[in-house]
Amino acid sequence: MKVRSSVFASFILLFEVIGIALFLRGFFPVPVKSSFSSKSKLSDLPAEPVSGSSPNSSRIPQPLFKRVVIMLVDALREDFVFGPSGRMYMPYTRHLVERGSSHSFVAKARPPTVTMPRIKALTTGSIPGFIDVVMNLNSPALLEDNLIWQAKTAGKRIVFYGDDTWVRLFPKHFMEYDGTTSFFVSDYTEVDNNVTRHLDSTLKRDDWDILILHYLGLDHIGHISGPHSSLVQPKLLEMDDILKKIHSALILKEAEGSLPYLLVLCGDHGMSETGSHGGSSEPEVNTPLVLISPAFKRKVGMEKPQVVEQVDLTSTLALGLGLPISQNNVGHVIPGILEESSLRDQLRFLHLNGHQLSCLLKDSVTDYEKETGYEQFRVAEKAHGSWMKLYLEGNTSEVLTNMGKKVLKQYLEALAAMSSALSRQLGKYDMYSMVAGMILVLQLLLVLLLAMPEALSSAAAVDLPVFSALLSLPFYLLCLLLASVHVLVCTSAESSCYFCSLSWGLVFVAVIFSSALFCIMVSMATRRLPLGAKIHGKTFDYSYQTGLLFYFMFYVLKTSPLRSTGSEWSLSELDLLLLAGTVGHTLSLAASSFVEEEHQTWYFLLSTLCLAVFQDVCRKYFREQSGSGDGDEHLLPSKDCRPSAHPKAEICSEKWLALATPPFILLCCRLLRSLNQTGVQWAHIPDVGHWLNSSEHKTVLSLLAAFCLVLIYLLVQRRCSMVSKVALALGLLGVYSYRAAVGNVLFPWQHSDRTMSKGTVEARFVYVFVLGILFTGTKDLLRSQIITVDAKLKSRGLWEIYSGLVLLVSLLFRAHNLPILCCCLLIQMLMAQFIWKNLHYDAAQTTIMHYWFGQAFFYFQGNSNNIATVDISVGFVGLESYIEAPAIFLTALSTYAGPLLWACHLVCYLSSDTDRSTVAVGHGCYCLALLRSVPAVAYIVLVTSLRYHLFIWSVFSPKLLYESMHLLLTAAMCLFFITMEQSNSSSY
Amino acid sequence: MWDQEIRAMASTHAIIAASVFMATVLPAVLVPGFSVYGTHLLWLYLVSGAVTATSVAVFWLLGITPPTKKHTLGYKLSRLFRSCLYFFLSCLFFHTVVVLYGAPLIESALETFSLAVLLSSLTTLRCLCVLGPNVQAWIRVFSRHGAMSVWDTCLQITVACTVVGAWVGAFPIPLDWDRPWQVWPVSCSLGAMFGFLTGLVAAPAWIHYHRKQLTYKCK
Ligand SMILES: [Zn+2]
Ligand SMILES: [Zn+2]
Repeated sequence: MKVRSSVFASFILLFEVIGIALFLRGFFPVPVKSSFSSKSKLSDLPAEPVSGSSPNSSRIPQPLFKRVVIMLVDALREDFVFGPSGRMYMPYTRHLVERGSSHSFVAKARPPTVTMPRIKALTTGSIPGFIDVVMNLNSPALLEDNLIWQAKTAGKRIVFYGDDTWVRLFPKHFMEYDGTTSFFVSDYTEVDNNVTRHLDSTLKRDDWDILILHYLGLDHIGHISGPHSSLVQPKLLEMDDILKKIHSALILKEAEGSLPYLLVLCGDHGMSETGSHGGSSEPEVNTPLVLISPAFKRKVGMEKPQVVEQVDLTSTLALGLGLPISQNNVGHVIPGILEESSLRDQLRFLHLNGHQLSCLLKDSVTDYEKETGYEQFRVAEKAHGSWMKLYLEGNTSEVLTNMGKKVLKQYLEALAAMSSALSRQLGKYDMYSMVAGMILVLQLLLVLLLAMPEALSSAAAVDLPVFSALLSLPFYLLCLLLASVHVLVCTSAESSCYFCSLSWGLVFVAVIFSSALFCIMVSMATRRLPLGAKIHGKTFDYSYQTGLLFYFMFYVLKTSPLRSTGSEWSLSELDLLLLAGTVGHTLSLAASSFVEEEHQTWYFLLSTLCLAVFQDVCRKYFREQSGSGDGDEHLLPSKDCRPSAHPKAEICSEKWLALATPPFILLCCRLLRSLNQTGVQWAHIPDVGHWLNSSEHKTVLSLLAAFCLVLIYLLVQRRCSMVSKVALALGLLGVYSYRAAVGNVLFPWQHSDRTMSKGTVEARFVYVFVLGILFTGTKDLLRSQIITVDAKLKSRGLWEIYSGLVLLVSLLFRAHNLPILCCCLLIQMLMAQFIWKNLHYDAAQTTIMHYWFGQAFFYFQGNSNNIATVDISVGFVGLESYIEAPAIFLTALSTYAGPLLWACHLVCYLSSDTDRSTVAVGHGCYCLALLRSVPAVAYIVLVTSLRYHLFIWSVFSPKLLYESMHLLLTAAMCLFFITMEQSNSSSY
Repeated sequence: MWDQEIRAMASTHAIIAASVFMATVLPAVLVPGFSVYGTHLLWLYLVSGAVTATSVAVFWLLGITPPTKKHTLGYKLSRLFRSCLYFFLSCLFFHTVVVLYGAPLIESALETFSLAVLLSSLTTLRCLCVLGPNVQAWIRVFSRHGAMSVWDTCLQITVACTVVGAWVGAFPIPLDWDRPWQVWPVSCSLGAMFGFLTGLVAAPAWIHYHRKQLTYKCK
């Protein structure tokens, strides 16, 4: 079956997207969530189990505590309190731990050990997965069932002072609050004084039930100078003093007869040896948890603190305050807290917790009945019922107490088992789905690579041996084998994996597809290899040495249409650089630092590319001048000195312009990279973007934005029709007035006291022109395709679509990023005019260069491989409120604006070049697909092998999401290529 | 017929490499507190000085430097002046390129310039020694198939090795290992130095093994 190479590449990409989706489903543990979005209510609580009699009460035991003070010290490490230096750091706390009526534990936090997910974990009792953090970017308020909501609903009055993350998560939940931003990390005194200044007055008052304090100073000290800095001790002593103050105030308040207080000292996460956090190393994960209450027994000496999960605090607090446990809680109550209450109450508490956990287990695990914890809980519940029956009958014998103790033990075991089953559900990779996705993607990549010589041949078509593969015996054997493997894996694995839960029909299709791919791959490989050896016999042994990948990559350059066809392999320096850069970048993704600082790799490669191009240009023009009569073979295969009708002067000026282009581009790139500082290590360095955005430089920013918009107009309009020109001009004016309305830039005739608006009208005004331009472009394209075969009309239509995209992007880009768009257009114009055409770079080389520029521009915009740099505010441009579909579309478009603009320009460039447009678009599409697939697939393999790496959640997973998104967009881009090629082939 | 030339080249290179070695080891023995990382700029200037001095001396003694047409003192002085000017311009050129590659513009400008000096003394100086201050000849040598003698090929190889070495040397900078050699510009200058030494070894070896294939057009 013969397929055009663009169609082939697009289909491969589409299937890769499916494979990666399967992989992602297996890689990101789906958060354990109950299927009901409602919240636990008091009325829904289960009745106390009593066997035999029906009218059993749904009585809730008395709350254990009246008043709770939670003192959360950000980044408090376990050894700051319990370690050998704890006595020096926090003497009073240590005294309470050793001699006071307290319970101390080491609470394990789950990664990502970052403040917001930790606060969520502490309040909901669930373990927010990484994907949760990503998905909740747009809704800051916590909508899930949580402790704070439960407390507020139950009429508790909550007071909060500290990190304003809480205020954002729980708006309108607090009776009184004062949030401190943690924006200025260098400040570690003011943030804490902001919290402490309210303390005296609040402690004197009586009108609150829960007081939450979140101290940030220690975390900031950690970020500045690490856990061993001299600043740590004074800060901890300060914290200790505050704890002492709270404790003595609570003791004073303590009244006879009423319920006792509870004082909780905890940390949200620890800090690593360098003072940062986010990962899963021991010092980051272990936090202290000290519970102080007169209800507890007095301690007699330092014991080694027990290890609990951080989320266990949630259910403990909920039960202690007499609140329903929030629905998604996976923690189990800390048994030590219940010690002093009656046996009946203790059992009831455990029963409530167990019931909640079993409900969650039912919702999130398919075969929950097989879970040991669930069975144990059923047994314990029954025993509880019979114990209650005896108890209610008035039996008070020793036997009953012992029986109660036994039930208690059963409950505790069941709770622990269910809790760990639920957490296991979270922390486990679904390896089977991951491997299935990975195999699919690897097969696709291999087929893509094997098809290279054909896809880049002058026919630009790939001959896929589909029918012979489908009729071969190995295909059926392979189908059988894969199906049996699937059955074997799915029946043996006790866990539920996603791939197994798919319907049989889908799995069957996948099995057939995979085995067919394998057969196609093998038959293509056997067809290819002797051919390769025959043609390039001289270099074949060499390619074995350098490895398969290199061999294929050489093929890209070798078989591209305009390269010399001689048997001598002459890779120019540029080819070598393009090859080494692509391979080197892919390999660099294995190191977390290179992922964090990926922009440096691209900037570096881009600078080198400019220098290599410069060398080529120099060679071309100086060779021509000094001695083109030498007669030795030219660097460039096609004829350099074709008879031209240009006058001499024009050639001369063209020469100097061409010579000036690469240095100019280098300069542009250098300026652009100082516009937005991204990455991790050098992100703190002040950049031009911040300078421009500060209010005193608003005039400069306005002038710059206006200048850029004018330049954009001048660069884009030259190839548009009259209508689009007008629309573009009006649209760009609209962009400026939108920025002025939002308050980014100044209007010359604007009164300074104008109220800030959302600029919805202005943005919609621009959208109208964007749609208009896109419509004109599409119309021109369709006309060129259907009515008249006109290459000129087609290229104009394409360019109009491109300019529509440019207009949209200029609306979405922040004002200080407009120079990026401007430079992008300028570089594209210069390169197209003087470099790509004059130096006769072929489609493959041009595509690789476009791809590199696209990647660099992605980072010039200020993006990084961290989710935090995605500018979500773009999703609101021109919208009154958050609407999901357009918001996601706009955000994706503005984030990937750089790569998309360059890919779009590639289509325009390749199809406008009339000499070779028949195949160039196909070649470009194939190369783009290859360039995107190689790093994406390699990255999937890397991530799988690094899945227990320390930085898997903080560094590698966000990058995985970026890679998948980019692959998806490239697939869409390739579909656009197909339509372009279709119209093309029909015109010939 | 080139055996003699190759032997001369090898011994020249050995002398230059020895001078680099001495410039690193001698101060380490004599000057207290000297280390390649710690007092990097000192090491850098010592090495460039040593390479400059030995190259000039050796190439002048060997007579590889193209003979001057006129023997007047004025002409010689103008050649010397032009050489110095070219050397300085090449320092500026390297400095510009390194800044364009992303080195900070104002901050650590001295370090950047020192790297440029090192690169110039490893590459430009050799060109000056072998080809003289003659831009046409430089362009000829560095275009494809432009080498006209063994020394031209040798020049191509060493210059390419040095530049590639400095280029590769930039790679470890983003790694978060916090090693002393990751500080700007230590890794780059070390890379350039290693590249240069590799070039010194590789050039005679390569020419030796390819002496059958090498054909030079006569002037
Ligand atoms: Zn924190
Ligand atoms: Zn922090």
